[in-house]
Amino acid sequence: MLNRDGVASKEQVLSRFPSNEVLVKAKAITECYEEIPCNPCATSCPFDAIHIGEDINTKPVVDFDLCTGCGICVYSCPGLAIVIAQIVNDKARFKLPYELRPLPIVGEIWDGVNRSGDVICKALIEKVTYTARVDRTALVQVSVPLEFIHEFITVRRVL
Amino acid sequence: MINKDLVIIGGGPAGLSAAKLAAESGLSSLIVERDFKLGGQLVKQTHMFFGSEKQYAKTRGIDIAKILVDDVLKYPEMVEVMTDTTVVGLYEDKVITLLHNDEYIKVQSKAIIIATGASEKVLAFPNNDLPGIYGAGAVQTLMNVNGVLPGNDVVMVGSGNIGLIVSYQLIQAGVNVKCVIEASSSIGGYKVHASKLKRLGVDILTSHSVKRANGTEALESIVISKLDNNWDYIEGTEKTIEVDSLCISVGLSPLSSLLSMIGVDMKYVSSLGGLVPYIDSHHETSVKDVYVAGDVCGVEEASSAIVEGYLTGLIVASSLGFKHENYDELYRDFKAQLENLRSGPFGEKTREGLQEIARDHDVK
Ligand SMILES: Cc1cc2nc3c(=O)[nH]c(=O)nc-3n(C[C@H](O)[C@H](O)[C@H](O)COP(=O)(O)OP(=O)(O)OC[C@H]3O[C@@H](n4cnc5c(N)ncnc54)[C@H](O)[C@@H]3O)c2cc1C
Ligand code: SF4
Ligand code: SF4
Repeated sequence: MLNRDGVASKEQVLSRFPSNEVLVKAKAITECYEEIPCNPCATSCPFDAIHIGEDINTKPVVDFDLCTGCGICVYSCPGLAIVIAQIVNDKARFKLPYELRPLPIVGEIWDGVNRSGDVICKALIEKVTYTARVDRTALVQVSVPLEFIHEFITVRRVL
Repeated sequence: MINKDLVIIGGGPAGLSAAKLAAESGLSSLIVERDFKLGGQLVKQTHMFFGSEKQYAKTRGIDIAKILVDDVLKYPEMVEVMTDTTVVGLYEDKVITLLHNDEYIKVQSKAIIIATGASEKVLAFPNNDLPGIYGAGAVQTLMNVNGVLPGNDVVMVGSGNIGLIVSYQLIQAGVNVKCVIEASSSIGGYKVHASKLKRLGVDILTSHSVKRANGTEALESIVISKLDNNWDYIEGTEKTIEVDSLCISVGLSPLSSLLSMIGVDMKYVSSLGGLVPYIDSHHETSVKDVYVAGDVCGVEEASSAIVEGYLTGLIVASSLGFKHENYDELYRDFKAQLENLRSGPFGEKTREGLQEIARDHDVK
């Protein structure tokens, strides 16, 4: 349970995902389930696709019609609570925030990890964006088998 | 004796912001900071901050410190800064005594803003004085300011935002964080921080506390135990964990000792972290021309400390005859920002606490 161990429930996670039809295009998944005084996701989105509104404690809501999956909110979120998900054939493609070193290198296979920190699959590193704009939070694009689309959350270096 | 219009004690986000608004209003000030550099807690915060853009959300704390310091350095004629200088005495006639390089300096000020922040609370358990047992803030300073690792295997006590964030930064520094333990039955800090740790494989054990530490020369292991609903240890649930460091993050308490020296009316308010001064809506204490801003009048966040600093700087300048040309507009804006930041469930404790220390004559 989120309040006790930090792991969001399956229902909570699914409530943030659009249908698989919508995910043919890349969309932002905001795993921010609590009213906290925070809004950079909303103010950083160039397409006005994340809504928080006047009261900064309101939880973010994504308008999937407006979201282009650009990934700006991913490295703007101080909670590292946003990933971009997309379905590409039999793979789920993610863009995720990564702040550990060393950074992954394109072509490497890293472990795919779920919300409890367990390794669940392999993840192919497809792209690593590390420019001044991302301000030390790398934006890592990876693909994992489609069946893990609702379980996968981050990558871990294989030791 | 040196004479000043305004002395600001503490060069953290609250003090710096107060100096900026005072300068913008035309009032000169002296910032006294005991550390070697300005920035307060921010100088060790390598993570992106929460809040809204107005308070530099999504910017890393270390970079917010630079922005706030640059803001006051824009007024070299108006803002004087003394670092490595500790305020050791405060008197009712607003004489302040400073210690700098073993030199004792006396300053007479017309008004004073106390922005001394807060200090870490300690936790009582057998052997809690073994080397290797630190406050979480101290560990953050060691790592992020001095570049020194506290140890190899760490357990964090406390799952508030500081405990969660420092655990994450320990992992970034390559330290093995074995677990976070929390006495309460639910995680104290923002769940986004907790989830971030959990996915890195760190367990957060709620309803657990540390029972004792073991070691001869230094910390070697700790014994943790489950707690019942009354926070009593449950017999038979003890577990020994081998660690060379233990980080304590069980809250902060306002550094209000200077206020006690001049007999400011104070009250113990646990939701604000401890002993805090009664204040009016202008952040003035019961002693005329002595104001407070930031964590010293209730432990909160840098976001609110910045806005409280702006507000207090604006007000003090006006009371000394330097009214900002946009006073009314700024006043309303700062008040609205504070209200907005505190409006959610995480602001509830602050809202309640602030009501307890509101000075009566202020109810307008
Ligand atoms: C690990 C951690 C993470 C945090 N994360 C966030 C976050 O994400 N977002 C957020 O908004 N806030 C965050 N905060 C909180 C934020 O850092 C504080 O609320 C904020 O710094 C308070 O500002 P302040 O100016 O009141 O006090 P401080 O920053 O503590 O500054 C007080 C200054 O006064 C000086 N001082 C004290 N006594 C004297 C004296 N006698 N003479 C001279 N100088 C003195 C001190 O040296 C210090 O520099 C975090 C804090 C910590 C510890
Ligand atoms: S991915 Fe881009 S368009 Fe979509 S919500 Fe985030 S910032 Fe906005
Ligand atoms: S920026 Fe991240 S943590 Fe902040 S409200 Fe948006 S999703 Fe939540």
